[in-house]
Amino acid sequence: MLAMPSTSGARLALATALLGALGACVVAFALRSGRPRADFAFTGGGEIRSLDPHGVTGVPEGRVLRLLYEGLVARNPQSLAVEPAAAEGWKVGPDGRTFTFALRADARWSNGDPLVASDFEWSFRRMLEPATACEYASSLWLVEGAREFTTGLAADGTPRERDWSRVGIVALSERTLQIRLERPTPHFLPLLSLHVFAPVHRASLEPLQQQFPRDWATRWTRPGTLVTNGPFRLVERRIGEVLRFERNEMYWDARNVALRTVDVLSVESWSSALNLYLAGELDWVDGAIPSSLVPELLGREDFDPRPYLGVYFYRVNVTRPPLDRREVRAALATALRRKEICELVLKAGQQPAFSFLPPQVGDYRPPKTFGESAEYAQKLLVDAGLADAEGKLDLRALELHFNTSEVHRDIAEVAAEQWRAALGLEVRLRNQEWKSFLDAQGKLDYDLSRSSWIADYADPSSFLDIWTTGHENNRTGWSNRQYDELVTAARSERDAARRRELYTNAERILMHELPCIPIYHYVSQNLVDPRVGGFGQNVLNEQSPKYWYWRSDEELADVRAKPTRRSKRVESHGPSAGLYPPSRAGEQP
Amino acid sequence: MRRFLLRRLAWFALTVWAVITISFVLMRSVPGGPLSSDRTLHPTVEAAVNARYHLDWPAWRQYLQTLGPLNLDEHGLFGDRSDVFGGILALDLGPSLQHRDVSVNEIVAQSLPVSAALGVTALGWALLLGLVGGLVSALRPGTALDTSARVLSTLGLSLPNFVIASFLVLALAVALPIFPVAGWGSPAHLVLPGFALGAPFAAYVARLFRAGLLEALAQDCIRTARAKGVPWRSIVLRHALPSALVPVISFLGPAAAGILTGSLVIERIFTIPGTGSHFVAGALNRDYALAMGVTLVYTVAVYALNVLVDLAYALIDPRIELEKDA
Repeated sequence: MLAMPSTSGARLALATALLGALGACVVAFALRSGRPRADFAFTGGGEIRSLDPHGVTGVPEGRVLRLLYEGLVARNPQSLAVEPAAAEGWKVGPDGRTFTFALRADARWSNGDPLVASDFEWSFRRMLEPATACEYASSLWLVEGAREFTTGLAADGTPRERDWSRVGIVALSERTLQIRLERPTPHFLPLLSLHVFAPVHRASLEPLQQQFPRDWATRWTRPGTLVTNGPFRLVERRIGEVLRFERNEMYWDARNVALRTVDVLSVESWSSALNLYLAGELDWVDGAIPSSLVPELLGREDFDPRPYLGVYFYRVNVTRPPLDRREVRAALATALRRKEICELVLKAGQQPAFSFLPPQVGDYRPPKTFGESAEYAQKLLVDAGLADAEGKLDLRALELHFNTSEVHRDIAEVAAEQWRAALGLEVRLRNQEWKSFLDAQGKLDYDLSRSSWIADYADPSSFLDIWTTGHENNRTGWSNRQYDELVTAARSERDAARRRELYTNAERILMHELPCIPIYHYVSQNLVDPRVGGFGQNVLNEQSPKYWYWRSDEELADVRAKPTRRSKRVESHGPSAGLYPPSRAGEQP
Repeated sequence: MRRFLLRRLAWFALTVWAVITISFVLMRSVPGGPLSSDRTLHPTVEAAVNARYHLDWPAWRQYLQTLGPLNLDEHGLFGDRSDVFGGILALDLGPSLQHRDVSVNEIVAQSLPVSAALGVTALGWALLLGLVGGLVSALRPGTALDTSARVLSTLGLSLPNFVIASFLVLALAVALPIFPVAGWGSPAHLVLPGFALGAPFAAYVARLFRAGLLEALAQDCIRTARAKGVPWRSIVLRHALPSALVPVISFLGPAAAGILTGSLVIERIFTIPGTGSHFVAGALNRDYALAMGVTLVYTVAVYALNVLVDLAYALIDPRIELEKDA
C-alpha cells in the first residue's frame, strides 16, 4: 500500500494531481489519431450500416459503396445512361433475356488479383443464398431459377433442393459471364448498375467465414482486410466519425481518378453538417437541409436544388370506412392545395404532385390525372351521399398518421387545415416514433399515413410495382386486378412505346382509385463547393466519385461565366490550382 | 474497506442483472423491430435476415443468448463447438444490428474513450470554473464580485447545455473562428463541447463550494485559529478547504453520471463520435445488442463512479468510515 501523506491538504494535492494526470491520459488516448484533411470530404448523414454490398439497402450506403466497388455496368452521372464498368461491353441475345458480359482484361482487385467472371458468379450466388440475408436478393429473382434458389421452393410451392446449376448465371470463361433472365426485362441493366450488385472478393471472405462463423462480418470489412475493386480502397474506419479512402492504384482506370484521398464523415445533425460545410471542413453535403435555412441558401451558386425521383404521399387505408369509398379518397386528393405546402413549408422548389411518378422518369410521361378544386371535392361527397347540399358533412373524423419530425408535422398541419376549410372535415394528427410508426403502418393501423418512395433506377417499374396486389410495400390494402395485369404485362414488354403506354394506363388507374394521395415530388438538396468538377447532376442524385476533381482558377472562372449559373458567388475552400487526374496532368500548368 | 468493496460488488452484480433483464424486456415490448424499414422486405428474405440474427428464436432463448456465458447457436456448445462462449457474461455484447460490420464491443471500445475525454474536459471546466467562482464568492461575500459570480451560476444552471453550445458555436467558431465548429481529432475540438457540457455543473459546484466555505469559515475553530495569529491563507487552505470540499466531492458522482448521460445532445451538436449518440440511436433503431451494450456500459460507469466518490470521502475526511455507510 502506498504511504499516505499525513495532512489532508497534502492528500488533496496528491489526489488532484493523480486525477489531473488520469484525465490528461484519457484525453490524449481519445485524440491519438491525427488525420490530415483529405482531398475531398463529404457527408450524407450518420454512420452507414455496412461496407458489405450485399448487406445494405439505403441511399447513404450507396454513396459510400460507389467509392469501393464497381459492378458490371454503371450509370453515367450526367445522363444516367448505362455504361460499361467492370465489363467492357455486353451483348443481348435475340430472345431479349440472355446477357453476355465481357470483362475487362485489366480489371483487378485492390490486392492485385485479377477480377474474373467467376468472381461475379460467386458474388451473385452469395446474394441469393438465404444465409447471406441480402435484402436485395428478391430484386435478382428476375434471373432464371434465382427465386427457387433463394426460397428452396419450386414454382408450384413444393420444396426443392437448392441447385446452383439451375440458376441462369454462369461464368463461361475467365472473362465471359452469362446471365439468363426468366423473361425479357427492359430495366435489367439499370437495375444491375445499383451498388448492391457489386462483386465481393471470395479469396479473402471465404476463409474468414470458415474460421469465424459467428463474427466474420466484423473482421472482413476492416481496413487492410477488405479487398475491393472500385476506384478507391478503405484505409481507415472510425465508427461514428469517419471513413477514409485512398485511390486504388490497382483500379483499371486509376489514371482517370483525380482524388487521392476521400473522407466520408458521419454527421448526425444537418445543422452541424451545414456549419462544417460553411467552415470548409466538408466539400459536399447531401441531405435534408432544415427548411428554415433553405431561403438563405437559395440563390447561392453552391446550392442548386434539382428534380429528384422521389414522391411524398399519404397512404390511404382502403380497408377502413369511409376510406373504402373512392369518392372520399378523391375528395381528399382534390381538396388539397399543394402549392401552398411546397411554398410555405418546404421552400426549396419541390413540385406539387398530381401523379405518383415524378415527370422526369426517362421517356415516361405521367397521365393527366386529377386537379385541385374544393368545389369538385365537395360535389364528390354530396354525390356520394356523404354530405348534404349545404355541404354539411356526414363523415367521421379522420386521423393523419406520421413519424415524428418537424417537417412532417408542418405538412400535416397545413393539410389538415386545408381539408377542414374545404370540406369541413375534422382531421386529427397522430405522430409516432419511426419504428412504431412503421409497425402501425404495416399493420394497417391508420386512416391516412405519411410515406415516401425513392426510385432505385429511372424506370416506371421502380414506382408502380409496389402497388400490385400483395406487394410487401403496398401497405394500404388496395388491390386492383386490371392494374396488376397492366404492370405484369409492362414488366416484360420489349417495345418501348407499348411499354410506356401500359405503365401510363396503370398509373391512370392508380390515380383514379387513389390508394395513395401524392403531395409533392422531391428535389435534391446538394451543397457542393463551386470548385468541384465532375459532379453528377441527375434525377437520382447519384454520384460517381471517380469523376470528381477540383477545378483550377481558370476553369472555375469559365464555369462561372456561363449564363445558367446562379448569381450569388461563394468562397471556395478547394485548392486554387485545382486537382486533376494523372491522365490530364500534362494539360495543366 | 474490504468488506465495503465486497458488499458493493454483490450489489453491483444484482444491479447489472436487473438492468439486463429490464432492458431486454423493455426493448422487445416496444413495437417495431430492428429490421423494419420504409421498404418492407420480401417474407423469404426477412426470414433469412431474422435467422442470421436469431430474431426467430423464442424470447427465453434470446435472453439466455444475450446473458451468456454459453453460446446457444449452431456454433456453440450444442453445435459444432467452434464458438462455445458468448453473451454478456463472456464479455461479448454481440454484433450490432444497425452497424453490421462491427460488434458492440468494438463500438464501445471506440466511442467510450471519446466520451470519457469529453467528460473529463467537462468535469475539468466544471471544477475549474466552479471552484474559482465559489472561492471568490465566499471570500468576498456581498461584494459586486460575489453577486456577478452568483448571477453567472444561476444562468449556467438554468440554460440548457444545447443553448449554451449553440451560442458558443455562433460566437467562438462562426463569428470569431477561434475553435472548430464541430468534429473530432484535436484538443481544440474539445474546448467548446467540454465547456457547454460542464457549464451547468460548474454553476452547481460554485454554489456548493461557496456555501461550504462560508460555513467552514464561520466555525469556532477558525475564529480560534485567527485569534492565534495563523495566516489567513493557511486557514483557508489547510482548515476550511478540506471540509468545504466534501459536498463538492459528493456531488462529483452524480455530476459525472450526469455528464456521461447528458453528453448525447452535445455529441450530436458537435459531431463527436462518443457513446451518447449510440445510446439514443440503439434504442431508436431497435438495435437490441447496441442498446443493451451501451446501457450496461453506463450502468457500470455510474456505479463505479459512485464507489470512487465514496472512497474519496475517506481520503479527504478521515472522520468518515466506509464500514458504517450501509
